[in-house]
Amino acid sequence: MIPQEGGFAQMKFRDPARGKALAAELERLAREIGREPITLMHVCGSHEQAIARFGLRATFPPSVDLIMGPGCPVCVTDLPEVDEAVALAKSGVRVATYGDMLKVPGRVFSLADAQSEGAKVDVVYSVSQAVDLARSTDEEVVFFSTGFETTAVATAAVILSPDRPRNFSVLSAHKYILPAMEIVAEIPGTRIEGFLGAGHAAAITGWGIFEPFAAKYGRPVVVAGFEPLDILAGLVKLLEMVRDGRGGVANMYPRCVTKEGNLRAQEQLWRVFETSGGEWRGIAFVPDGNLRIREEFADVDARRRFDIDVTSLWTTAPSELAKDCICGGILSGLASPHDCPMFGKECLPDRPIGACMVSSEGACRIWHQYGGRPDLRTLTPQPPLPSPPSLPHRERGSEQTTEVRV
Amino acid sequence: MTTLLSPRPAILDERISMKYGAGGRAMRALIEGVFLAGAAEAPNGNGFAVGLSAMDDGAAIRVGDRWLVITTDSHVIHPVFFPGGDIGRLSISGTVNDLAMMGATEVLGLTCGVILEEGFALDDLRRIQASLADTCREAGTTVVTGDTKVMGKGELDGIVLNTTGIALTDRVVPDSGLRPGDVLIVTGTIGDHGMAVMAARHGLDLEGELRSDVAPLNGLIRAMLAAGGEDVVAMKDPTRGGLASALHEMASKAGVGILLYESAVPVAPGVRAAAELLGIEPLHVANEGKAVIGVRPGAAQRVLKALRGHPLGRHAEIVGTCLADPPGALVLDTGFGRRLLAEPEGEPLPRIC
Repeated sequence: MIPQEGGFAQMKFRDPARGKALAAELERLAREIGREPITLMHVCGSHEQAIARFGLRATFPPSVDLIMGPGCPVCVTDLPEVDEAVALAKSGVRVATYGDMLKVPGRVFSLADAQSEGAKVDVVYSVSQAVDLARSTDEEVVFFSTGFETTAVATAAVILSPDRPRNFSVLSAHKYILPAMEIVAEIPGTRIEGFLGAGHAAAITGWGIFEPFAAKYGRPVVVAGFEPLDILAGLVKLLEMVRDGRGGVANMYPRCVTKEGNLRAQEQLWRVFETSGGEWRGIAFVPDGNLRIREEFADVDARRRFDIDVTSLWTTAPSELAKDCICGGILSGLASPHDCPMFGKECLPDRPIGACMVSSEGACRIWHQYGGRPDLRTLTPQPPLPSPPSLPHRERGSEQTTEVRV
Repeated sequence: MTTLLSPRPAILDERISMKYGAGGRAMRALIEGVFLAGAAEAPNGNGFAVGLSAMDDGAAIRVGDRWLVITTDSHVIHPVFFPGGDIGRLSISGTVNDLAMMGATEVLGLTCGVILEEGFALDDLRRIQASLADTCREAGTTVVTGDTKVMGKGELDGIVLNTTGIALTDRVVPDSGLRPGDVLIVTGTIGDHGMAVMAARHGLDLEGELRSDVAPLNGLIRAMLAAGGEDVVAMKDPTRGGLASALHEMASKAGVGILLYESAVPVAPGVRAAAELLGIEPLHVANEGKAVIGVRPGAAQRVLKALRGHPLGRHAEIVGTCLADPPGALVLDTGFGRRLLAEPEGEPLPRIC
């Protein structure tokens, strides 16, 4: 009775029939592996978005547990980095940043707090918009930049551009994902048996970058795209490799990713940035996890250009609620949003307590956006099309039209 | 109160923000927490009335052996003229549709209050008036009384229209009448109005593919009710908050679960493309010329046929069913798997109707 096709063409990588075939394949592989749980990790907010959006977890075999790792660059931006941006804004400098960063709490204040007190904070959608902003004013404009390799490449291109305005500088909170994957792989007692690599980051770095990682930790990495069929096909490959006890790297996103990656982009990235160690919020000190601007570009590096005093912000104690936040556990793959007693209660997208609820790439925010419970494996009956149950009618909501006591 | 309206206790902010007018969870919390909390009891003449606490599309009052249905709606929209309509057409359709959603399709008359901003162009006002009149003719009714005020420059955004409508009916269809097994039908493509208005507002060039669906639905609903009769058990127009919000409300009031099949929900290609581009779910986008109708399973095909026989219901589709479990929840079958479909907190697009 329910039409399965809406009369509008399905996109090529969104064909539910193929999805069902891949889900059956996952089921078969999980049975072959035979133990549980089989814990896999992806490291990308866009993967979590697609998984939640299309309800993919409901199609996974019960033994497969796919968790989201440190794949949200906004979430892992550490308190001192937010504090630097807030201190700059409060000192009268114009700070431009992505909308996601606005509400990310620093030690005491967020940029949104600074904005409500009169600081100039502009939301931009790209680094080039921040440059346009600088061109339109004589004020100092600082772009507070976050993101993994993919976004850092765009920042690097602007820094290298000869006609960038003189009043423009960058406060880099860019992150490098590979060292964080190593940290997660080294967590004592970790159960992660394989990683799903992010296709767009790999388009820049090339899939070859994962080979030493896979060899060192003996765990497979599969690079996958972001459509539902990309993800399901990536997981099928990953389970095959887990079953065979193979490490190594497989590229399941060949339409965008090569082994070498985008060499020109890599060249620009490493000309402008170097890695340095730093705290990732809630996770750990990640050696080589931060991308910082090289000395050569000191004039465009806000950390060298301004004397940033973050201690001036520490006038009150941090919120008590923040102490109960388990973002760190979530980002390390040790906990899920449902393990947090504040999820969907005190902590909401409107009034986030932890960074995972702020960013559209954060696990808590995504889970909340898609109903608060993206995994319906235990909630709904498994057959694809249950006929409406012919239960005896309940007393309430009977055919009488308007029985409302007022 | 006989119905479970809000699964979580609502926390209201100290100041009103845009989300409180957006038709989602926040707006419901505001109504429950402020207006409902302080409201006197509705007149309870013959023991039956649909009053404020029902939070339905309008109120029903017993008059003799019939029901008088009354509803009111204020309209602000930017831009005032948008592809497929304007604020005049919107304000007539909005009120006529709220009456129709209660089963009252014979509109006795409408009131129209106009508040203008100093500096508003007379030509624009004339265009709006012509559109009001045309839409009234379409709905078979007229504006019978009105009111005009002017406010200073900057005190409001151009024009605000308020319309109140009354209609008589023999049978009121509430939005709370679903039970497990019932079938849900939408009368056409979803998301057209909100997407068209947003495209017009932000200068999104999608080659004229996006047009608001704003239209009075009383003719369509009359034809549908003639075919479905008593088997039509719940109706709602998915305006602000979109289909997701409307279904949430129907599910939680009736205490049933709703299983919605994403692939069955008709969405125009232009709307789908724009939604994909902007990362917005069409299910959360406003409609102004659509209804979602709950019917007993045996009547589904009959009702669908009646809808498709009317020009405004050509693309009607069966989109979901009601389940006993989980009560109050809206589950989306994406074709791949299932997930809960959240009730939007606010609106992805502020002020579109």
